[in-house]
Formats: sequence, structure tokens, C-alpha cells
Amino acid sequence: MDLEEVKEGLKKYDGPEMNIMEVCGSHTGSIAKNGIPGMLSDKIHLLSGPGCPVCVTPSSYVDKLLDLAKDPHNCIVTFGDLIRVPGSTKNNLSSARGEGARVEMVYSPMDTLDLAAKDPDTTFIFAAVGFETTTPVYALLVDEIVRNNIKNIKLLTAIKTMPEVIRYLMESGAPIDGFIAPGHVSVVTGTHIYEPIAQDFSIPFGVAGFKGPELLAAIYGIVREYGHGVVKNFYPSVVKEDGNPEARALIDKYFEKYDAAWRGMGQVKGSGKILREEYRYLDAGSLGLDADRKANPACCCDKVLMGKMRPYDCPLYGKVCTPMNPQGACMVSTEGSCFSYLANHRVDKSSKF
Amino acid sequence: MEDKILMAHGSGGSATGELIDEIFDKEFSNKTLDEMEDSAVVPGAGKIAMTTDSFVVTPPEFRGGDIGRLCVCGTVNDLLMRGAVPKYLTCGFILEEGLDIALLKRVVKSMAATAEEAGVKIVAGDTKVVNGNGELYINTAGVGFVPDGTDIAAGNAKVGDAIIVSGNVGDHHAAILSERMNIATDIQSDNAPLVDIVRNLIDGGIDVHTLRDVTRGGLATVLKELSGQSHKTFVIEENKIPVTKKVADFAGLLGLDPLYMGNEGKLVAIVPAEEADHALDIIRGSKYGENATIIGKVTEESGGRLIEMTGLGGERELDILQGEGLPRIC
Repeated sequence: MDLEEVKEGLKKYDGPEMNIMEVCGSHTGSIAKNGIPGMLSDKIHLLSGPGCPVCVTPSSYVDKLLDLAKDPHNCIVTFGDLIRVPGSTKNNLSSARGEGARVEMVYSPMDTLDLAAKDPDTTFIFAAVGFETTTPVYALLVDEIVRNNIKNIKLLTAIKTMPEVIRYLMESGAPIDGFIAPGHVSVVTGTHIYEPIAQDFSIPFGVAGFKGPELLAAIYGIVREYGHGVVKNFYPSVVKEDGNPEARALIDKYFEKYDAAWRGMGQVKGSGKILREEYRYLDAGSLGLDADRKANPACCCDKVLMGKMRPYDCPLYGKVCTPMNPQGACMVSTEGSCFSYLANHRVDKSSKF
Repeated sequence: MEDKILMAHGSGGSATGELIDEIFDKEFSNKTLDEMEDSAVVPGAGKIAMTTDSFVVTPPEFRGGDIGRLCVCGTVNDLLMRGAVPKYLTCGFILEEGLDIALLKRVVKSMAATAEEAGVKIVAGDTKVVNGNGELYINTAGVGFVPDGTDIAAGNAKVGDAIIVSGNVGDHHAAILSERMNIATDIQSDNAPLVDIVRNLIDGGIDVHTLRDVTRGGLATVLKELSGQSHKTFVIEENKIPVTKKVADFAGLLGLDPLYMGNEGKLVAIVPAEEADHALDIIRGSKYGENATIIGKVTEESGGRLIEMTGLGGERELDILQGEGLPRIC
């Protein structure tokens, strides 16, 4: 089917109303960048789910990082997005840095190896936040640490897995009729991982790439399978049914499943990875970081993440809560739902709920 | 002379004199500067344009340019955007102790060459030395003469006007970022004085309504600001925004949007629709304007909106850059 047919099909769709959720920050960004919401029939609604790693990290994790940052012998190493995420108070790594804490921003976890080699008297704590996509790189980092017996790198992990939280959303009654399955996550997990959820809840999944036409094709594929528990792969050039078993084996060597806490959702059974017992000596205290307190009690990140509220329906959106002064994690990251809606003036047509 | 800047170089005594003679006056020498008075006295004009800008870019030397070229281009371009002919620059150097003097010499040489290219004289300067890690910062102020009858301003955009960008966007941002991240690429900074483009537009009789240089915040930020200052809606087409494949790939890799990436040698020109093709030809025939493109138009009165028609066939409303952007890009 060519692109024009897909566009026409989506514009003219007149079947049952559908809420379709994307669970990948890059999809959120691409949907806004391509202006996709305005290209759909009034009966198709797109929702942004828990697809941005820093947005789903609970406040106690940030609090723990801030605690570790207070020790002058420590240096926190992180991706840029995490630096401005508030913990249970307004404080974040950026304000900690202003008070003298050492915080290094890197683009690859492997850069931590260089930092640690140059400064053996400092303990470098990598803030390992992410989904199946980044976990293989964390496993590689651990592999290097273990094989070279590096003493001054530890990890504070908040690693999440996608299928478990998708199941949790469906079990908790989120109003979702189909999922745009994440492209990068699926590269590792494969497409088969979504099949049990699709079947149990009779909802279609479309694995999508990141370009506009790829997203449209996946959305149309989902729309046409309304009510059917199927998984369709619209990114077959990159995503295989079995994913990447080698990457999964490396992850499994160093990490095991646990019940991770998600911002606004609490603990979700089996939805995270933590260092295995025998490698736990490399962990800077990731277990038990379940508490989640909002920096601003009126923040609705939890409802937004679960598809139960549109970002602009939050009372703080764009007024008290802005990218320069974020009250919740969804406004911090450029991949966050609230940031993406605000930066693009996105206002969707009325929803099904 | 020493290899590194010492606190003594800022003493005002003999070491300062040596620094000025051996480095600054040697490269910038002209009749006014050589008088070594407390202020420069120069001929004037009916209307003058004045501006100032500080430069803190890191690293100070990058592919395609350096802080010296940048600090002349930035101020010269600001003068040009009001239709002024750039005439004089002043420069203030803040040097940190330990600065490599060979680097300082290269930067000053580059400033002199760029001032020559842009047709401006550096007529006054100052140097201070502070504690630090051997970095340098430069402030330049500029004066330009505004020809009688010239009225180029943000508020002058009219409904129906065409919006032209003078070339590919995102290069400077990509060059700086790749240097900092050690990403192998040959993307060059676009830092350049836009004297030729502006002079040719005015001399060519184009009724230029608005000019703005596209620096920090990128094309989208600049257009959104102009739409607000003129109380109009601007509509641009994604497919027409000139971006090289290298920059597009680099941006894709890092999750950046070229529309929000900084530039140091690009301008936006807003001109009457009927003169748009002629203006485009003039810009393309000017130095640093060969990739100019008409990217959109001013469509209606409003509070100031910027709409992009996406390549896919959708539309999105753009805002100024949200969040922090890339620090120390200029």
C-alpha cells in the first residue's frame, strides 16, 4: 500500500473510536515533528504512554542520586536528560552541581571508563536509567568493570522493561485500543514478546520505525486490526521476530528481573532489571527506591503517563510547569509527553474519554 | 615573550604593554588605533547603528573558524541586520591566567583577517587577566552607518511577504558539538560576515522589510520571534528548509532538530512577494549566500504564530527553543 492510500485511509476512517498509545519517547517526538495528529480522522486519538526513561523514574531514585552527590568522593555520571529531573523536593542534579557536587554529563556510559581511569580517588556512579534499548550498553559497561576489576565505578540503576508495564496499563483499565510498539526496544526484545498481551486483551500492536511514513503505516495497520489480538511488524528491516538474543544473553548475565517502581504507578511486577546478587557489589543502592513523592502535589504526570489525561488538561501545564521550571518529569525531557505537547503547541481533538 | 598568559599581563605595566604591542597592535594596526588614546575619535554619520556581543565559545578553535572570526562576524552581522554599513569595532579581551599565547596570537590574527574581509576597523580595545584555566573571552562592540531612507526592522514584515533563508542551517551547532563530543565528521562552522549579501540586496533595490541573523536558538526561534514582533503568522515548508545531509544525519543521531540548531553565518530576509525571486538571485550570487532558499511566507495578522507544513503532509506549530539548548556555542 502506498503512502497516499495510508494517508487517505487514516483521514477518512469512520469505524469505532480508537485510542492508540505510543510508548517510546522517540515516537512521541516524531509524531509531533511530522504533524501526525492533524492528519488523522477525528475518531483516532494518539496518547503518549510511559516511553521516556527519565519520566518514569520515581522521585526516590533522584533523591538517592542527590544523596550520593553530597559525598565529595563521588562523581555522578549521567545522560543530560536526568540532570534537571526533580526528586521529592525541587532539588535536582543541576542544583546540586551549583552547590559544589560533581556531576558529569556523558553521551555514552562507556565514557565513564575514561573518567574513572583518570581519577582513581573518585568513585564514579553511573545513573543507569532506561529501557531494553540502553540496558545492553550498561551490561557492556559492567562487563568491562568486572573483567578489568575496576574499583571506582558503581551503578545506580533504574532499568525498566516494556512488556510488563504495557500489561500493567491494560490490567489497570487504561483506555487503550492499540499500541504503537517501540522500534528500538523491539530490536532487542523481538516482536513475539507482545503477543501474549495482544491476545489476552484483544488489542493490536504495530511495531513502528521513526520516520513519518513508517509511523503512519503502523497506525493504519493498528486501526485496521481494531479488536484483534495481533502483532504486526512495520519495521521489518530492523526488528526481527526474535529480536537480538546475544544482547539479551549479555543482559541476563549481569542483570535479573525485579519489581521496579514507576513514577506515578508504583511497583509493577517484574518490570525492571537489577544487578544480579553476585554483581550487586557494583550497585550504589538501587534496591528499595520505590517511594515516589510529587515535587508539586498538583502534578498529573502519573495520569498523563497512563493515558488517562492529556498533558494540556493538567492544571499546571504551561502555567506553573514549563520546560524551564518543570514540576514533573514529563516536562523535563525533550522526549516527555508534556514537553513535546508544549513545544509543539499540540492540542488534540476531543478524546474518547 | 612567555608561552602562557600570566597575571602580570594584566598589570597595566610593562607586561601589558608588551602584550598589546606584540599581539594586538601588530595585527589590528590602523591610524586610529595607533594613536593609543583613551578613546578613538572617528568620523560619524547621520544615523548610526550600535551593538555589542560577548563570545565565550568552547572550544575556541573549531572546524571552519575560531573565537576571533566569530567575534567579528557576530557583531558585524548584528549591525548589518538593520541595513547599516559596519564601520568600527572595539574589542575587550578577558584572558585567564595560563592561556596559551600561541593560541591568542592565532585568534587575534583571525580577528584581523575577518575585520579586513568585513571592511571594519578595530579602533579601540582593552585587556584584563583573571585567574582561571587558560580560557579566553572576547567582547566586541560595533558601530555602523545607516544610509538615509533605510528602514529594516522586525516589525516591518507584511502579509504576503516571502521569507528567505540565506543558506544551510545547523552547521555551526553541529561543528561545535562534534568537537566537544569527539565525533568524527568534517562539518564546518558557517561563521561568516554577511556584508556582501546585505549590501547587494540594498544596492539591488530590493525593498527589504526585515533581516535577522539566525544564531542561537536556530531558525525556528528567530522566525517565531519575528512573527511576534510583527504580529503576523509565518508559514514555512519543512521540505524547503536547506539542511545538508551531513548535518541532518548528525542531528538525527543526537535527536536534535536542525530548526533549533545555532548558526553564525546565516540570515533571514523578509521581502515583498513580487521581489522574492529577484532577491533570491541576488543572495545566491553573493558571498556566503549560494544555498539561499525561499522557505515560506507571511500569511496573516495574528499574535505571532509560526506554522510548519511538514514533509509528510501534516502541520505543526513551532515555538522558540524550549529548555537549555547548547551552552557556549558563540
